[in-house]
Amino acid sequence: MIQFREVHKAFGPKQVLKGFSLTVREGETMVVIGGSGTGKSVAIKHVVGLLDPDAGEVEVDGRVVSHLARKELTALRATVGYVFQFSALFDSLTIYENVAFGLRRSGDMGEPAIRERVAESLGLVDLSGTEDRMPAELSGGMRKRVGLARAIALRPKYLLYDEPTTGLDPVTSAVIDELMVRTREALGVTSIVITHDMRSAYRVGDHIAMLYDGRIRQEGTVAEIQQTRDPVVRQFIEGRPNVREADAAPLSAGEEVAVEGMQR
Amino acid sequence: MLAAVGRRSVGFVGTFGLLGHFLADLLRAVPDTRTWGRQVFPMMRRIGVDSLPIALFIAAFTGIVLALLASYTVTSAVPLYFVGALVGKTTMLELGPVLTGLALAGRVGANIAAELGTMRVTEQVDALETLAYDPHAYLVLPRVIAGTVMFPIVVAFAMATAISMGWLAATTLLPVTSAEFLRGLRLFYVPFDVSFGLIKASSFGFVITMIGCFLGLNTRGGAEGVGDATTRTVVYSAEMILVLDAFWALTLLRPS
Repeated sequence: MIQFREVHKAFGPKQVLKGFSLTVREGETMVVIGGSGTGKSVAIKHVVGLLDPDAGEVEVDGRVVSHLARKELTALRATVGYVFQFSALFDSLTIYENVAFGLRRSGDMGEPAIRERVAESLGLVDLSGTEDRMPAELSGGMRKRVGLARAIALRPKYLLYDEPTTGLDPVTSAVIDELMVRTREALGVTSIVITHDMRSAYRVGDHIAMLYDGRIRQEGTVAEIQQTRDPVVRQFIEGRPNVREADAAPLSAGEEVAVEGMQR
Repeated sequence: MLAAVGRRSVGFVGTFGLLGHFLADLLRAVPDTRTWGRQVFPMMRRIGVDSLPIALFIAAFTGIVLALLASYTVTSAVPLYFVGALVGKTTMLELGPVLTGLALAGRVGANIAAELGTMRVTEQVDALETLAYDPHAYLVLPRVIAGTVMFPIVVAFAMATAISMGWLAATTLLPVTSAEFLRGLRLFYVPFDVSFGLIKASSFGFVITMIGCFLGLNTRGGAEGVGDATTRTVVYSAEMILVLDAFWALTLLRPS
């Protein structure tokens, strides 16, 4: 289980997270939606200790990430796969070397086992036969799939997707969505997906949470979010340009949002 | 104006804080030999062997110019074999390491800053961390070790080239025989001259790679940030070479 508790994070004078709280339960896929620059990527970087919170804490399997010693953090990172927004493939290495990179770190696997795992992981993302190619030779969609293969090669318990469909055409986005669902079914991973692509959010998510003004504005199942009457969430999921200022005010504690059976 | 001074002071202190963190992380990465050990030899080739052409090119012309300048400076009151002494001394003590260092600040320092800066802004450094690698062990230590070890080797070749070309220029363009040139070369030579040049070269290699890695890993923004890190690496490296040059002269050459 991953838990964010009242996480605050600022970069210089800009306060990005202002009490971000969210619980991701075992086996579920939590989609975090929100506008560009609202801090979605900042939030998930706390899970693997790429950022430390200014206040609050992030807990993974009962361990507070920012309190972990270097060795413990390394062990935690080995259980979390991270799919980056722009793939972040190592451009001087072949696709094979990229996918094998994390496997070589532990030193537990011999080269034949690594070769087998790389082939299996590339097969899962339908990229068998690309082992000898360089990242620059692949399309954006293919690079994202290699990024996914690299993340799942370690057989992680958790998978973090940072805007996996951004910049892709609708068909390729659907392919990536299908891969995310397939990966979850094949490996049983718990996932957090950061996106502002609502079609993708509905396809892959069990729960959706909207990040707005540094904190979670609303969280619910896909159906609950689709039926919400919260004007800020509605505006976002419908892609409307404006929301009335009065409606955008933060919800007070215990305030009921107009979704049946759901209370914050 | 006061605000600007304040901002600069805060920025200066902040940079020192980052540098302290960087050094602490670097020291912590030293025991991770399995990660950096495999990277050292490829880096020695990239930083050292691949730098030889530019270093030798500069050294060759430096040697020729030194011989001609020496003959121009040496008047009829001083025997011409002093050309060999001047070429040898200036090459080994000063121009070999400093000119090579300045050239490699551009070639090696800028290359490291641009490479690591691009890796930073394209999240490849974050990717390394999420794959349980320590970027200081994987990226920084191999470069710093390779720079510290390979700079003296490159400079040794540069010294030999400069002196050889100085000899060639002296014997073909000036009325100096090989025997006279060698006599001059041996005249004030002490083995410490070479050691002094190589110690300087090693310190230049250490500082240039450290600056390149530090500024590269702390790159912010996109292409502009990478460009800025690269420029600052070359400028700071050149400044540090001159500061270290003075430091070693004060430390090792001052008569006791």
